[in-house]
Amino acid sequence: MTNILIELSRYLIIIAIAVYTYKGFVIFRITDEKEKENILRVQNHLMFAIHFMAYLILFLSTNQIEIVFFYLLQVVFLSAVIALYRVIYPRSSKLLINHMCMLLSISFIILTRLSYTKSIKQFKIVIVSMVITMLIPYLFKKIKFLDRLGFVYAGIGIGLLGLVAVAGSISYGAKLSFSFAGVSLQPSEFIKITYVFFVAALLSKSQELKQLLIVTALAALHVLILVASKDLGGALIYFITYAFMLYVATKEYLYLTGGLLSGAIAAFIGYRLFSHVRVRVIAWKDPFSVIENEGYQLSQSLFAIGTGGWFGMGLYQGIPNTIPVVDQDFIFSAIVEELGGLFGLCVILICISCFVMFMNVAMQAKERFFRMVALGIALMYGFQVFLTIGGVTKFIPLTGVTLPLVSYGGSSVLSTLIMFAIIQGLYILKQEEDEKVEKIKADAARKTKQAAKKRKQQQESK
Amino acid sequence: MLQERQNRQLKKENNSKNRNNKELSIVAYIFVGLFVLLMGYFVYFNIVKSPSIINSSYNTRQDLFAKKVIRGKIVSSDGKILAQTVVSEDGTESREYPYDNMYAHVVGYASKGKAGLESLMNFNLLTSNAPLMERIIKEFKGVKNTGDNVVTTLDSKLQETAYKALGSNNGAVVVMEADTGRILAMVSKPDYNPNDIDTIWDSLVATDNTEDSSLLNRATQGKYPPGSTFKILTLMEYIRENPDYENYTYECSGKIVIDDSTINCYHNTVHGTEDLYQSFAKSCNSSFANIGLQLNINSLSKLCNEFLFNSALPYSMVYNKSSFTLTNKAETYDIMQTMIGQGETLVSPLHMALITQTIANNGVMMKPYLVDHTENYDGKVVKKYKDSAYDTIISEKEAAILKDFMQNVVENGTATKLSGQSYTVAGKTGSAEYGNVKGQSHAWFVGFSPVEDSKIVVSIVVEEAGAGSEYAVPIAKKIFDAYYN
Repeated sequence: MTNILIELSRYLIIIAIAVYTYKGFVIFRITDEKEKENILRVQNHLMFAIHFMAYLILFLSTNQIEIVFFYLLQVVFLSAVIALYRVIYPRSSKLLINHMCMLLSISFIILTRLSYTKSIKQFKIVIVSMVITMLIPYLFKKIKFLDRLGFVYAGIGIGLLGLVAVAGSISYGAKLSFSFAGVSLQPSEFIKITYVFFVAALLSKSQELKQLLIVTALAALHVLILVASKDLGGALIYFITYAFMLYVATKEYLYLTGGLLSGAIAAFIGYRLFSHVRVRVIAWKDPFSVIENEGYQLSQSLFAIGTGGWFGMGLYQGIPNTIPVVDQDFIFSAIVEELGGLFGLCVILICISCFVMFMNVAMQAKERFFRMVALGIALMYGFQVFLTIGGVTKFIPLTGVTLPLVSYGGSSVLSTLIMFAIIQGLYILKQEEDEKVEKIKADAARKTKQAAKKRKQQQESK
Repeated sequence: MLQERQNRQLKKENNSKNRNNKELSIVAYIFVGLFVLLMGYFVYFNIVKSPSIINSSYNTRQDLFAKKVIRGKIVSSDGKILAQTVVSEDGTESREYPYDNMYAHVVGYASKGKAGLESLMNFNLLTSNAPLMERIIKEFKGVKNTGDNVVTTLDSKLQETAYKALGSNNGAVVVMEADTGRILAMVSKPDYNPNDIDTIWDSLVATDNTEDSSLLNRATQGKYPPGSTFKILTLMEYIRENPDYENYTYECSGKIVIDDSTINCYHNTVHGTEDLYQSFAKSCNSSFANIGLQLNINSLSKLCNEFLFNSALPYSMVYNKSSFTLTNKAETYDIMQTMIGQGETLVSPLHMALITQTIANNGVMMKPYLVDHTENYDGKVVKKYKDSAYDTIISEKEAAILKDFMQNVVENGTATKLSGQSYTVAGKTGSAEYGNVKGQSHAWFVGFSPVEDSKIVVSIVVEEAGAGSEYAVPIAKKIFDAYYN
């Protein structure tokens, strides 16, 4: 009986997430509000169904009663997030909330599978982060001087990154984090946000050459400190984000191509200079030739993805824990190994859907600063997803970054939730403005009508 | 008026927004494009790359399938069971090898890290292609499915003949089909009984010197000096550089002395006046040292590399690369030694078989392979492995000349034990000295039959036996006899 349930739910989970993902794209073409609302509800049901089936398997495989309680807590949490957003911010993007919850629930499932204790830790951090970030859309409406603090953001970013580079603790060969009072913080995750704000604020103010030079120098300083800390993935994300933000702000193709070209040259120099860069490239070219050392991680990841196939081995049927750092950089491999390649493709599509939503918000925003902020966040998010999934599948060399919202790690999840909340803030702002405009239009139309009536009356009276 | 201006303002804003969005759209398209590429790659990986990657013997995940599938059988091309899993009444499984030591290295073992075909075909053996409904029903019942069988290219008669012919000697035999690269037999000694692998494992790996280990498959991993069998390549190079090779003559006095360096003929035999055919047939060391000193070493080195010295062989199981390291800066003595197959050159029996096969197959090297097809448990073919050419190494004309020389070895030279049979044979013997002890040698024979339209290739090395003509040629004869009867 248990066996039938496990086998059956393996396929049902894939069908459910495929439908969920499909709906996530269909909704972009639908204008009717009622229909939209319907789709969003269906998505919620599907998410809870996947969550239920997965935890059923987790419970049946481990027979630990704690998992049932843990599951129930998660249901309460996810329902609360969906409900609270609807109540507090009725104009928020429901699709983005659904995606956020979907990715979080996938994270809970796979982390519980990998390590129960870690998943509990992560769950606590997610709750706290969610409570904090729920305030952000409100603050965004109230605080009016965010676009005037460009140099302050830059100062904070460079200062903190510098501090980590000098005094941070080393993990996996890179200086990334601070530890105090038992909590380990990874400032580069949060500096992503100040960095986007700094670039957005300064570039939306002026595009004169002098300004561009100053901003470029400050951005380059961020990137160089990250390179010095051996955080290659971070450096790359910061660099790409800047190159594209500069392009959008100035509308100059030359800056983009020149920027990317100089980035390529810098990467080549880095390859020649640093052995840890060369190692990554060697492991990427042929991980099996160096399987005992540098290629071990990637080989294990490819074995996991390949052996999982399209339908996955089923939860607890694989051995994802043989991949080093599986709960962070290699979470996608674990997902594909046990939940299947089709599930993995859906995860990529959901991330793309989020990226498209972010870009939409950027396009809709009226103020330059807001446009640039939304763009910067979209770039940060999109490129990080690309780097991590491309890395673990051997599409591109490994850079050691996490899958936002899904990977284990408090700093990462908090910083991503902040980004989602900022986008919600911008989305809500835009919705409210639209309503105002609608009102003005309606007023104007009414007035024209009245005036015409008046004229007619006057003519008639003549 | 006021309203019109307001309307115009709105319109203008919309227009400017559309214009501003051009760059944002481009950025969005670039990134969505990147994601599409990523997904395309992911699909490609799963369909095209994944099967060979998960087949890697490093992939410990394969063993997870053992929980759901009963390991399939390995059988010879004539249907003899070489390995099978027996399930006892209480459900415990054991792997059985009915022929004990005979197929030890080529079939390998399935526990203790796996080796041989058990390792290469692990994933196929643990995959069930039983009828779909049957599989689904069993899966839901929680009953194990039956894994696929691997049908090898091995011929039980030839394997048995080769195994017995090698007797108590150490060494290796490779028998291959000349025009396909199918491996018909592969024997290596010393050997072990794979049925006892778990109990004898500790003593097998305890030997400090891995060269002596019974686990080593000498047919593919053994690194032997090629001895006089290398003269095939020296000869090829000489013929290429000297189109008038038929006019070559040499006066053999049993040894050659140049710059204080001496090369002796085997047992110091004095061969007298000889042409190139006789030098090769009698395997005259002095004459070949003399030839070697005239050769362009760079181009000989190029020829050797084309024959896959110093590089990977087109073979998917464990093997060692052969090495040829002579350069044009080498000392006279080293050059002379290398030309007669001594010196630094090392080669595996499989590689010698490939070189011989190339000549037998008119210059085209075939990829050697051991698996004919896989089939599900009731005999439905799942995947057929076809023969494929690796490359054309020498021209058809050159191959014909070499065949002629090699047939002369059998008719008038060191391998006359093979002449006068119902079948024709061409080949080359070798007595490869090893280590520093003079006079002790490994016996070599490489050859093929029949000379025209060749069918079968053998490569034989008998360790520490003595002359190839006395110890390796008789083994070849037994194999050819078995093949033709």
